[in-house]
Amino acid sequence: MSVNTPIAHDSGLMHVAGEARYTDDLPSPEGTLHLAFGLSEIAHGEIEAMDLDPVRKAPGVIAVLTALDLPGDNDVSTAGHDEPLLSDGTLHYHGQPIFLVIADSHLAARKAARLAAIDYVERPAILDIDAAIAANTVIEPPIEFLKGTPDEAINSAPHRISGRLEIGGQEHFYLEGQVALALPQEGGDMVVHSSTQHPSEIQHKVAEALSLPLHSVRIEVRRMGGGFGGKESQGNALAVACAVAARQTGQACKMRYDRDDDMVITGKRHEFRIDYRVGFDAEGRILAVDFTQYARCGWSQDLSLPVADRAMLHADNAYHLPHARIRSHRLRTNTVSNTAFRGFGGPQGVIGIERVIDHIAHELMIDPTEVRRVNYYQSFNHKAGETTPYHMEVTDSIIREMAEKLEKTAEYKARRIAIAEWNEKNPILKKGIALSPVKFGISFTLTFLNQAGALVHIYSDGTVHLNHGGTEMGQGLFTKVAQVAADAFGLPFKAIKITATDTGKVPNTSATAASSGSDLNGMAVKAACDQLRNRLIQFLKTEHGVKPAEIKFADGKVHVGKKVFTFAQIAAAAYQNRVSLSSTGFYATPDIEWDRIRGRGRPFYYFAYGVAVTEVVIDSLTGENRILRADILHDVGRSLNPAIDIGQIEGGYVQGVGWLTTEELVWDKRGRLMTHAPSTYKIPACSDRPDIFNIELWQRGLNREKTVYRSKAVGEPPLMLGISAFLALSNAIRACGDGTVYPALNAPATAEQILFAIERQRNGGRNGS
Amino acid sequence: MDIEFLLNGETVRIASQPATRTLLDWLRETRKLTGTKEGCNEGDCGACTVMVTSLLEDKLQHQALNACILFLPQLHGKSVRTVEGLKGPKGELHPVQTAMVEHHGSQCGFCTPGFVMSMATAHQNGFRNHDDMLAGNLCRCTGYAPIIRAADAAAKIPTPDWLTDELDQLQAMQPAKGQDIGGAYMPQTIAELANWYADNPDATLVGGATDVGLWVTKKLASLQKICLLGQIAEMRRIIVSETAIRIGASVNLNELQEVMAEHHPDFAEMIRRYGSNQVRGAATIGGNIANGSPIGDGPPALIALGATLHLRRGAERRDLLLEDFFVDYGKQDIQPGEFVEAVSVPRQTDTLKCYKISKRFDQDISAVCGCFNIVVTDQVVKSVRIAFGGMAATPKRALLVEKALLGQPWTDATIRSAIGEFSKDFQPIDDMRASAAYRLMVARNLLTRYFAETQLGQNYTRVLEVDA
Repeated sequence: MSVNTPIAHDSGLMHVAGEARYTDDLPSPEGTLHLAFGLSEIAHGEIEAMDLDPVRKAPGVIAVLTALDLPGDNDVSTAGHDEPLLSDGTLHYHGQPIFLVIADSHLAARKAARLAAIDYVERPAILDIDAAIAANTVIEPPIEFLKGTPDEAINSAPHRISGRLEIGGQEHFYLEGQVALALPQEGGDMVVHSSTQHPSEIQHKVAEALSLPLHSVRIEVRRMGGGFGGKESQGNALAVACAVAARQTGQACKMRYDRDDDMVITGKRHEFRIDYRVGFDAEGRILAVDFTQYARCGWSQDLSLPVADRAMLHADNAYHLPHARIRSHRLRTNTVSNTAFRGFGGPQGVIGIERVIDHIAHELMIDPTEVRRVNYYQSFNHKAGETTPYHMEVTDSIIREMAEKLEKTAEYKARRIAIAEWNEKNPILKKGIALSPVKFGISFTLTFLNQAGALVHIYSDGTVHLNHGGTEMGQGLFTKVAQVAADAFGLPFKAIKITATDTGKVPNTSATAASSGSDLNGMAVKAACDQLRNRLIQFLKTEHGVKPAEIKFADGKVHVGKKVFTFAQIAAAAYQNRVSLSSTGFYATPDIEWDRIRGRGRPFYYFAYGVAVTEVVIDSLTGENRILRADILHDVGRSLNPAIDIGQIEGGYVQGVGWLTTEELVWDKRGRLMTHAPSTYKIPACSDRPDIFNIELWQRGLNREKTVYRSKAVGEPPLMLGISAFLALSNAIRACGDGTVYPALNAPATAEQILFAIERQRNGGRNGS
Repeated sequence: MDIEFLLNGETVRIASQPATRTLLDWLRETRKLTGTKEGCNEGDCGACTVMVTSLLEDKLQHQALNACILFLPQLHGKSVRTVEGLKGPKGELHPVQTAMVEHHGSQCGFCTPGFVMSMATAHQNGFRNHDDMLAGNLCRCTGYAPIIRAADAAAKIPTPDWLTDELDQLQAMQPAKGQDIGGAYMPQTIAELANWYADNPDATLVGGATDVGLWVTKKLASLQKICLLGQIAEMRRIIVSETAIRIGASVNLNELQEVMAEHHPDFAEMIRRYGSNQVRGAATIGGNIANGSPIGDGPPALIALGATLHLRRGAERRDLLLEDFFVDYGKQDIQPGEFVEAVSVPRQTDTLKCYKISKRFDQDISAVCGCFNIVVTDQVVKSVRIAFGGMAATPKRALLVEKALLGQPWTDATIRSAIGEFSKDFQPIDDMRASAAYRLMVARNLLTRYFAETQLGQNYTRVLEVDA
């Protein structure tokens, strides 16, 4: 068996040898041209006059295009038709592309792009959440989920608290920046290699830009150097720019953003503000909660609506909320248009309720894990049907059992006591510990996206060519899906040739997103392989006069009654007998439906669960801090590949910690991003991982739904386990005072934020001395 | 004259390239060796890491360096190994490559060649402190744990023999020496440099190019005339006498760390967190001083140690206290054609503590860098030098704080009264690294920390010293 085994990433050997090709590594035709955008230097306003002559005259420049020079639709948006490739004269954010330089080298294009002389009429810019609320600039009107009567329930509750949490955004910092390469074809057709999670959308946008039907545009991507949601829509501009320039010049055209440009131009995780009111009883049981979420969407729609929806859909996390109101404001600002990022709004929703739980525990002076315990959804075998704030019954919860187990294996209680003792003896350094769970809904909330296709060929030598609509960004999707194909034919993993995602092979694909890659594509591939295997069985049944049950595909062999053949022999025989050895496969997730405006339905096929305990130490003089230990127990159903799943969990946790600690996006008063390179934007480095890092898969894991081999999605959920580190920091800060002041820590908890929170502890809740 | 170096064991000669062409662009665009990746083009992510081997007094020195901020002439006479040149002659994997696959150390794989080259260099040098060796390689997928497991596993396997034969090749290579190597002036002695630079004061002096490199890759500057200092052996010397430690301007930060580990270990600990291994292997102390950055970590420590700067222009030499060199933001006390030859630190009993405060521990530029050198005898402050980076337009002494401490009893009360002086010494600014309020609060608290360390020890003050 190949499935359920820890097979190494299919490209591992090529990665370590530098042989794995990314888009910028592909051999490009002689005379390939290189592109760069000229960018807006203001956050809001109009272009009054623009002199591009210095750009055109710069060394190596072939042509310079503006919005007026485009052959088709000037739009690279996902849905709202509100993102021009090149500005139409109005400027919505600092860094917005205005013109396109086509030059004979990457460096020449970059140099020329800085030479334009542009006169602007600057307008007041709406830069942050406060300004957007004040001006009431929105992407769409507010949306509300309502369950029960939250106002009455809060007002009649024995205890009530309210508060506010500010949550910063996050830069994806995929190591491979955005890149595309367009190759003009005969008859005006276009082939584009793009580092994208969504080849079909790239195909659509290129076709619109060139006024071509979809069949004239083909997109290919073998792998990305990281995506994390940042390549779901943000590659559109480069691919369209390349296609337009290739149409104009007749040459191959390549574009890659320099890192600083990448960080300035492309969208990030949504910054959020969450206001809460909660009523609870003496044990910390939540009776009712009222959340108001404010999402800073940036200047255009992009994916902000479903992102904000998912934040609402995760406002309960793993807790049953008898009465709830969740109101969501989608704010438009003159900043980069925020986009998908691992978790897709879910993490912001989850940290909101985790803050509430932590605050309740403070109010009652009890261990927050006790508050969690009385609020967790009942386990799946429980009779009571508890529902989410969007009226979906939770029938698969295992969070109680998982939390109970991790509390034991991580020795949570004993360590909490030991930490209190340690803190007594240490006047300057303080330790903190916290446990946090995650329950994450799996499926695209736009229901029709939950479909996938595959294409599988068996060649006459018995080798297998595998293709599907999912994309590989490092998450190991191709490896998992190839394991499924190998098992279908009883072949070793290496017999399966994994091939680049290609809109010419599998059409009309959904983005590889929402953690759904292996759920959808694994099933589609399985369907294709099952069809092929059934054809072979039918052929062998007739040929050898055996019953189907007597035919087995295993260990690279085919057992037909008492005879044994190699798979190659069977393939050759089938070919000779004119059996079709190629098949498509298709899958659509069953049993889901969702009305986003009414806030009702079953948007998710199932939930994935996880729980983490993190211990930190902070320095009360500087706010410096470090993770000493993290213990994670995570549910991946029955794992398709334990090594890849653990890799997703480890990496997701560290990325989540980065979001909530060192990764701070800073804009200046003019709306310019000041943290636009790794010198100023700090993702976790090697030594930032926990000293002790224990990760375990939930061994009893088995998806109750009929997913591929009963596995569960793993891409996004572990990111939210990083919230335990944020809560542990809060716990340590609380130890710096007399325990009467709630730290009310905001994210990211930089050393600075931590030190200020410590000062509030020491000043009875007031800011700084 | 042509630039000449070994590329994966083969001699290459380069004639017609701009002197500021980076090794990375040349590898990828000209040689089509695309295994080495561009992640940031500023030396902060390590995706472009290559192994550079040079001959130092008949010994091989292997360094992991960032190809994105190495100019081609800097490689003259050296050997460059990229990821494509790491496998054995029969395609055998290097132990670090095998371990990375076995321990699932790659996910998207884009950072992997850089990691592999850092790991292979550490493997070659026998370095086992992998957190330090890999601090300059960013990975966004794995969370690093499997990479460290791979590095630990590979450390148990001997170095493959196919990587050890460069000594003969480098000795056999007789690279041209002269006025113009690949468009750069490359003097061999300080006297040559002094004479040439006096006549060519408009030239840009390049030590390790960790700063100048960014002028080219980020500011897109066209530098018409550059002078590389790397071949001047005298400028790379560290001379420890009875009275002073004299550090040549071209001494790199890794070399400085080594000597400071003996004399001022906390300075060495701060240098461990200065840039990354790749940056420290290229960056020079002379460059760190001469570029006058208000946030360089070298100057505050050196000022706290009472360092003297040795400047030279033609045959003229002059010395000045390092703190007097920094006049204002971007303005140093240096004349056209004058350059930093060395810096001297007086020998002294070690009482120096260096505190580098940044958002991230490793490979981050300081928000505040406070260096305290306080001698206490019989519970009284006998001498005090306190210098800060990140608190003013230049690296600067906290003179009023010093005054409030000098001659006072070494007590909590003295500290409490002295910290009030910080706001008179410094009026820091808000920027993307920290707010002015945080900077000032931290500066005050760092004096408290210094005091606490003399009373309790570092176990009570430093989160890096706490065991899990």
